[in-house]
Amino acid sequence: MGLMTGDEKHGPAATSTLDALWVLYDRVLRVSPDTASDPGRDRFLLSKGHGPMAYYAVLAAKGFFPVAWLPGFGSYDSPLGHHPDRLLVPGAEIGSGSLGHGLPLAVGTALGLRAQGRPEPAVWVLIGDAELDEGSNHEALAYAAAAGLDRLHTLVIDNSSATHGWRGGIASRFETAGWSAVTVDGRDHEALEAAFGAPHPGRPHAVVARVEPKDA
Amino acid sequence: MDTMRERFASVTSQLLEEDPRLALVLADIGAAGFTEAAERHPDRVVNVGIREQLLIGVGGGMALTGLRPIMHTFASFLVERPFEQVKLDLGHQGVGGVLVSAGASYDWPSGGFTHMAPGDVALLDTLDGWTVHVPGHPDEAETLLRHAAAAGDDKVYVRLSLQANAAPRPVDGTGFHTVREGRDGVVIAVGPMLDPVLAATEGLPVTVLYATTVRPFDAATLRAAAGAAGTSDVVIVEPYLAGTSTRLAAEALEDRPHRLLGLGVGRRELRRYGQLDEHLTAHGLDPRSLRERITGFVSARP
Repeated sequence: MGLMTGDEKHGPAATSTLDALWVLYDRVLRVSPDTASDPGRDRFLLSKGHGPMAYYAVLAAKGFFPVAWLPGFGSYDSPLGHHPDRLLVPGAEIGSGSLGHGLPLAVGTALGLRAQGRPEPAVWVLIGDAELDEGSNHEALAYAAAAGLDRLHTLVIDNSSATHGWRGGIASRFETAGWSAVTVDGRDHEALEAAFGAPHPGRPHAVVARVEPKDA
Repeated sequence: MDTMRERFASVTSQLLEEDPRLALVLADIGAAGFTEAAERHPDRVVNVGIREQLLIGVGGGMALTGLRPIMHTFASFLVERPFEQVKLDLGHQGVGGVLVSAGASYDWPSGGFTHMAPGDVALLDTLDGWTVHVPGHPDEAETLLRHAAAAGDDKVYVRLSLQANAAPRPVDGTGFHTVREGRDGVVIAVGPMLDPVLAATEGLPVTVLYATTVRPFDAATLRAAAGAAGTSDVVIVEPYLAGTSTRLAAEALEDRPHRLLGLGVGRRELRRYGQLDEHLTAHGLDPRSLRERITGFVSARP
């Protein structure tokens, strides 16, 4: 991550996701550079597209693109922008940056895979706690549970950046809608792995990863 | 004769049988027309409830897995409300789909401005690469829907309306077609505006082009028609915001002196209920008003 400069205002957003992203890519997701276009791969959709340095670092570490790309971050000739573009970044499932698009796209991805008789791939989407403010996420959250999308998983990175916060906790929003939900320490790799792998038959699954507050 | 919307339901239900790549996404509006299709294909006919942002997001997600989604609701809720989703969840992701709207500019006048979308095509014009079909008859709607469904990964908008011409014309999903020829000007009639334009130009020596596929804009046919008529006076009559296509007509004629008149729905909010024909008259789109505007324009040539 130290190779990427020029987007310091999003530094906290980037570091907040690093541990959860690493555990996902290292231990959970069934996707690699060799299977990046395999229809049966697991999907990871980075919805929280601002502060993508941790995401780029993980993709580079896993070999989706050369580490040598990282220092060009944000420059005219670099495929790596301050918000990712799926048509430019190998391994990126969606282009994101505008908040509230990833979860609806993930719902459609889960539906599309189901309609094509592919129950194996897991669909993961990462959103931020402030991003959960967007109404589009609540459209998707309510529908996904009603539709029983049990291959859908939402990872919420909670660094207490939502302006008005979430009374009762973020997990309760998902549980009320009918999701399986668990809250863990977003820096604890073992806890993250256990939360990612928790069974959730018939329901989508949300993992709320709590990290230090953005302003701390 | 069924309406364009009814034809959309029957044709799309049939297409879902024939093409396993097609999926239909609804947001309650129009769902009753797809009850049987939803029972036969529960995984490819999806009703997300009254959630228009999700309607487009789900379509985008399905397209990312290789399906071709057809997304349908009223034009105001399909193009205007989730406009950022149309921009980002389809175009920016590099995937396509078919948007099929109903309601048009004032199909339900007694419903008021909340259900009117005269700006839909102009709004979509801010994005790149959209094909726009504006059928003028249910038979044309069927043909254009079939083209849209079969158009690979293209981004296609099909604008259905209760406003229709009395008889269908042959349409092929591309370009403009010559209906009449004359030497005093070229009038392009878009979709359901053809009958009013033909009535308005009865006996006038003007060329009338019929346009049901308006994007991409058929510059070649317009240039040829203007050349054959020996004039570059062009009137465009559109069933949505006046002037929506004048920019493209100007580009088509940029190498020659030309005059353009864009007729269509006025920008000012009318705040009237009533009937469709009353709104056509209020916007000057009835045959009598059109004749006045067209003759005034072509005879004003220096």
